[in-house]
Amino acid sequence: MKKSVILLLLLLIGISANAQIVVKGTVKDNRGKPIKLALITLIDTYDGATTDSLGKFSFKSYDKGEYAISASLIGYRTQTIKILLEKDTVVANFTLKDDITELDAVTITAGSFEANDKKRATVLNPLDIVTTAGAGADISSALQTLPGAQRVGEQEGLFIRGGSAEESKIIIDGAVVNNFFFSSVPGIQQRGRFSPFLFSSTAFSTGGYSALYGQALSAVLNLESIDIPDASEVQYGISPIFTNAGFQKVAKSKKSSFGMSYSYTNLALYMKLIPQGPDFFRPPTSHNLDANFRMKTFKNGMVKVYGYLNTSDLGLKNNSFDSVGLYNQFKLKNINCFVNVSWKQPLGKGWKLFAVTSYSNNVDNISGEVQDKDYNRIPVTGIATLDNGNFDIDAYKTMLQFRTVIEKKIKGLNAIRFGGETWRNEDRSNFSFYYADFKTFVPETYSAGFVESDIFISKKLAFRPGLRYEYSALTQKANIAPRGSISYLLAKPTQISFDYGIFYQTPDRKYMTQQSNFDFTRADHYILTFQHFTKDYTFRAQVFDKEYKSLLKTDSTNQFAVSSDGYGYARGIEIFWRDKKTIKGLDYWISYSYLDTKRDYLNFPIYAQPNFAANHTGSIVIKKFWSKKMFGINWSYNWATGRPYYNPNKPSEQYLSDRTKFYSTNNFSFNWITKVMKSNAVFVVGINNVFNQKQVFGYTYSSRLKDDAGLFLKQAVGPPASMGFFVGLFMSWGVDRTQQSINNNL
Amino acid sequence: MKRGLILMFVLITGMLSAQEMSKYEAGMTKALAKMKTDSTIADYTETSALFERIGDAEKDKWLPYYYAAYTNYMTGWMDEKADKDKIAEKSIQLIEKAEALEPKNAELFCMRNMIAVQQMMVDPNSRWMSYGRKASKALEQAKDVDPNNPRIYYLEAQSTFNTPEAFGGGKKNAKPKFEKAVELYGTFKLASPFHPDWGKEEATKMLEECNK
Repeated sequence: MKKSVILLLLLLIGISANAQIVVKGTVKDNRGKPIKLALITLIDTYDGATTDSLGKFSFKSYDKGEYAISASLIGYRTQTIKILLEKDTVVANFTLKDDITELDAVTITAGSFEANDKKRATVLNPLDIVTTAGAGADISSALQTLPGAQRVGEQEGLFIRGGSAEESKIIIDGAVVNNFFFSSVPGIQQRGRFSPFLFSSTAFSTGGYSALYGQALSAVLNLESIDIPDASEVQYGISPIFTNAGFQKVAKSKKSSFGMSYSYTNLALYMKLIPQGPDFFRPPTSHNLDANFRMKTFKNGMVKVYGYLNTSDLGLKNNSFDSVGLYNQFKLKNINCFVNVSWKQPLGKGWKLFAVTSYSNNVDNISGEVQDKDYNRIPVTGIATLDNGNFDIDAYKTMLQFRTVIEKKIKGLNAIRFGGETWRNEDRSNFSFYYADFKTFVPETYSAGFVESDIFISKKLAFRPGLRYEYSALTQKANIAPRGSISYLLAKPTQISFDYGIFYQTPDRKYMTQQSNFDFTRADHYILTFQHFTKDYTFRAQVFDKEYKSLLKTDSTNQFAVSSDGYGYARGIEIFWRDKKTIKGLDYWISYSYLDTKRDYLNFPIYAQPNFAANHTGSIVIKKFWSKKMFGINWSYNWATGRPYYNPNKPSEQYLSDRTKFYSTNNFSFNWITKVMKSNAVFVVGINNVFNQKQVFGYTYSSRLKDDAGLFLKQAVGPPASMGFFVGLFMSWGVDRTQQSINNNL
Repeated sequence: MKRGLILMFVLITGMLSAQEMSKYEAGMTKALAKMKTDSTIADYTETSALFERIGDAEKDKWLPYYYAAYTNYMTGWMDEKADKDKIAEKSIQLIEKAEALEPKNAELFCMRNMIAVQQMMVDPNSRWMSYGRKASKALEQAKDVDPNNPRIYYLEAQSTFNTPEAFGGGKKNAKPKFEKAVELYGTFKLASPFHPDWGKEEATKMLEECNK
């Protein structure tokens, strides 16, 4: 008996030692290509393998019976099959389907340059903006170094691909900002109101943008404000131009934060040191107060409140061009407030809500005066040109808007988004001239509904169809605008895409004070993009065609709209190259745009290239940072071929046929990061137009005085001072552990 | 006869349970030994897969997943062109499996820190704000759980070492942290032969570097 037990034992041991089964097979994708490094697991055992470069695997198992075997790899859906382990060799072959993830898949860009952390297509982030030489930490100036954006030195705004400034909308956390720039001063470009550091990401679409947005014929700049900061801090900044102080208080739980800042700007000292063309008898001054509150809600949702209040004042004089010994004076007082409340809320099961409401109020008090040598207003002369130089305008603009977008993520990257928005605009103006006073009131209630979907056919091919419906109560017109985008991944990271869309915009309200039943202005975009994105290099080439229809025509005085018969086109090629890698610590980008555009709109007597469009423009931006010494040097070179200008000495058939000379400027800035009074401090020096190159943006002509040859007098329009200088020190005190994590590569 | 059967029963069950016990131990011993000799990306990828299989089969042990994440993470540093984001995605997937079994463990928080640093390195200029924050937060959490774990101070010292001096980094500021790490490595007791014990050599070497 004992013997038989031992025998039995030996038998058992023998079986378990001998039964070695080879499991082998191949793993392929659904296009039949082998997949290497796929993980093969005999489930509930330690046995398995990884596939080789031919997608083959093979391993031995001592187990017997029915088992499940799986093949998995990131980017594919795991496949599990049942096998029976009994013979010497068992074959298991797998075909894995794509699991579309953001890292692998084609990106739907919808014509935009995005800069945020989630998508790696980082093109311009806040740090890039403040270290772009010549941009002076102004968002729109930095964007002008990208292709598609024109440099129009005498006026603020984004002039995109042959579009006027009115054709671009700027959006903060989903809400349109009515007065993004400081109020216009004739011939002098104004800055944007907001600091680039308020925003964590910028998405700049130079055309073909998503159906979620509307009312911009050319472009949308989408800014997303920052979330709760890392730690509480106190900030202080000083320069000969301004001083500012602020704080951010982060709750202990890190679930909410509160902050305020105040700044005062006064250019009096600067203008004494650097002589300006015009006589600024009231140098620009402004008070700026802003406050924010941010709070986390359930499921990582976030509520953000941002409030902004600004008052500014300036006055300047130029020698009158229409009369010897007289002066033209311009005064501007502005009050602007802006409040934005946004709520981003994941609702679970792939649903997400974005809601925003914002209110803004802008008051401009503008006055113009023609003055004698003692700076007194001249009496009525009976000469229209002179008498019209005396005026007062009080303009009030308010805007209230509500917007809701709901997003549902469906399997993989597929998603559907829909929602609606409504804006209430009220524009009031009181004009007073020597002969009469006018009051205007133009209210507009605009509503829109939209839907769009991201459809990934495979990792390589994606569609984004969209549809937008809009109604304007002012013009009593409605429209339906289709948008669409196809993106195809050639080979990671190279892709091509084609964007199409119809874009409508309610005509500029300032021309509709008398009559308002005009059609929506319209632009149709066709954009073909080739792009190659890696973390170190970006290459993008675009070809576009934009066809304008139903543009507003005005009477010859340019005051009132008369028809929707205007039209035009803009076509071009744009190239962008950015390299952060080739030379350590050096980051540079080069952009070039070719633009061919003509239009007949407003008071144009003929079909002509508008004065805000140059045919060729380009930029080179270079940044070098020495991480050991913690300082950086930035350089930028911008150029443009001449822009058209209006010459009243020529017949109307030659309207806008003259061109300014070639424009170019070199800018330099230096920043040094150091410790000052226990603070983390940044010391900045900037020089614009280093080589003092003469810059001519256009020409103005007298409207009355003529020279000996009987021609109207000509005067160049340039910047108020040919070179610009900036020196500043920005300090911040706070517990900042994040700084410790800056790596040696910064 | 009866005795014989009982003996057989005891022997068989004993053999089986011994096999069960040693299966995990043997598997881990084998995998850890392989990890120590790994040198190429392919080696580490295989080891990572092996650890993952052990984890999947065991179902209640976090250490295999920890090592699976660790070896996977290592592949991210071995090739300059490696897609660190993709590697991190896999590391995170593995560490999440470990965290599901062992929700608060200093070693796992340390691993989180390492993954975040790796992702930050994809684009330090624009990522240090977000990933740098994640990395330092993970170390804070690790300290809350086990303030005497030497790896926390080794990782902290490492990032201080790589931070410019103007921001409280550099050799001088990293030195006391490496000292603390080395000191703690001296007294650190392994909870089991399979628990992580790496970093002592590196910390000692870095401390020497700081003393230069």
